[in-house]
Amino acid sequence: MPEYTLRIRRYTPESGDSAHWQDFTIDLDGHRSVLDGILQARDREDGSIGIRCSCRAAICGSCGVRINGKPNLACHTHLDTAFENATDGVITVEPMGNMPVLKDLIVDMDAVHWKKIQRVTPWLIPEGEAPEREYIVPPESMIDVTQTMACIQCSACVSDCLAMEVDPLFIGPAALAKAYRFVGDPRDGQHYERLKNLSEDPHGIYDCTHCFNCIEACPKGVAPMSQIMRLRRLSGKQGIEDRNNGHRHEMAFVKNIERNGLLHEADLLPDSYGGKFHPRAVPELLDSLPVITRALMRRKVTPGGALLHKHKAPKEVKRIFQHVHDKEASYELNLYVTGVEEEDDE
Amino acid sequence: MKVAYWPGCVSRGFTPELHGSMAKVAPLLDIELVELDRAACCGAGVIAEHDQELADTLNARTFALAQKEIANGASLMMNICSTCQGAQSECQERLDANTAYRSHVNETLSAEGLTYERGISNKHFLWLLVEEIGLDAVKAKVKRPLSNLRVGPFYGCYIVRPTDRLGIDREHPRDTYLHQLIEALGGTVVDYAGQYKCCGFPIITMNKEASLKQAGRHLGDAIDAEADCLVTPCPLCHLNLDLQQPLAERYAGRELGMPVLHLPQLLGLALGLEPKELGFGKHVVKPTSVIDWSTSVVASAA
Repeated sequence: MPEYTLRIRRYTPESGDSAHWQDFTIDLDGHRSVLDGILQARDREDGSIGIRCSCRAAICGSCGVRINGKPNLACHTHLDTAFENATDGVITVEPMGNMPVLKDLIVDMDAVHWKKIQRVTPWLIPEGEAPEREYIVPPESMIDVTQTMACIQCSACVSDCLAMEVDPLFIGPAALAKAYRFVGDPRDGQHYERLKNLSEDPHGIYDCTHCFNCIEACPKGVAPMSQIMRLRRLSGKQGIEDRNNGHRHEMAFVKNIERNGLLHEADLLPDSYGGKFHPRAVPELLDSLPVITRALMRRKVTPGGALLHKHKAPKEVKRIFQHVHDKEASYELNLYVTGVEEEDDE
Repeated sequence: MKVAYWPGCVSRGFTPELHGSMAKVAPLLDIELVELDRAACCGAGVIAEHDQELADTLNARTFALAQKEIANGASLMMNICSTCQGAQSECQERLDANTAYRSHVNETLSAEGLTYERGISNKHFLWLLVEEIGLDAVKAKVKRPLSNLRVGPFYGCYIVRPTDRLGIDREHPRDTYLHQLIEALGGTVVDYAGQYKCCGFPIITMNKEASLKQAGRHLGDAIDAEADCLVTPCPLCHLNLDLQQPLAERYAGRELGMPVLHLPQLLGLALGLEPKELGFGKHVVKPTSVIDWSTSVVASAA
């Protein structure tokens, strides 16, 4: 039987001692899970190791931890894979981030994860009189939300959310993916209200920094960041002008490329605030003045270089914008739903 | 080696020193840059957020233009911006995965006589250095080894995540290439907490505080780890880490002053080019420590 070393982060807040690492040697086949390893260490060496787990089959979402620094389900990670990814041959296991530690590998899901889930009104609010029996919807109209429905609430995405790291009030990836589950549900009658609420919140959909950590973290392929981008897209389509400049920035960017082919940064900043002379833009631009002045002094930004870089095919680029925009519905391909063709499918 | 070269927007706009230093470094490595000057912005994720098909069509057009150059003898398509790499890889993933979708997008391109064929090879300069040129060959051209220069790699997001889309695996540990390059150039790698984190740039107009807290924190971490400078493969990261650094100081609550170099600038320095011709003077945070280091190297050699 192969031996592995698990380096587990230990911490008991009540003890007054600081967190520390403790090594345990376990002997299990490589195809067994890191969770099996933790449980063996608990059975054989130290019954006080704190770990939350239940199904051992990657469906209950209880055993989220960081393995070698990356969030995953302990029951969903093979020991041999974890060993291969470990530096110095030692598998490190520590609690997830962005949440307070209750004991060892157990974090306070109530304090963060579930509070944020509640924030997005995670239930259906249908419109009008309830039907006598069930709500009937065509199956194809529900395919779109199946990706977010795959979420098992393990919070691996929340653990490594980089926006939440600097803004703990950010609603976060798990809850926003859940929000899309209802915004994308044809039975829900509050799409506009939900979108308005999530885009006006300074810690809402426009607080996500596109860092892809949640996509990387999710053991179920939910891709929370992609769901946040879909919420933004729908919010824009509903014409919601949020106070965070989110929609304005998106439109300023799109118009900028349509006009110039390449990004003209000098216009983008003021346009994102509503235009150079918009009351909202003035304080922002004044605030940025020292930076702009310094950039000008260093000749980083020159009128000829940054402001006037001409594109060589403006007509062709404009044509694509018009062609795609003029169509009634845009073709939105979701690989989670369609899958990926094999090489020789053509 | 001839490459279909996509410089992106920012390298020709607010970080002209990136495009400039790339042009200086290329001939030293026998890279011929055929610029894709008719291609459009990759959308940086924002156009995809607005309309996925629009972003996919714009990038399919760029790929099709690159494939024309590849038919004329270019080895592959090369970019110098992590955000372009990430945004274009995302579009390519969809275009390559579904024939019907690709045909649909190609139909839009047909008015211009362009077609995208599945499977273009589009590599960031960093990947090209390691996978096509080889670090041994790069090492052989080093004229001024970065001895005693402590360099912190700042990867950012778009070039390292999601790992499967970006082709990062055991054979291609692309999330270690900056480390490998710094070592090949004779420098000392400084690891610090923020090296794979977000610079905050995408939300600078939406939540300035959160955005600059991110930049400020990573810069502070690098200072605490005693880095002389950072190096980044992404010009958008450079905007938040360098251009916005004076404002980031305010949110970090500490003095910063950490120089941030573009990848070709660090490389150019090791290949013997002078800080001035690499555009070091265009940075908001003057890379004084790096310039001092380069003069001290020259002095000690004399």
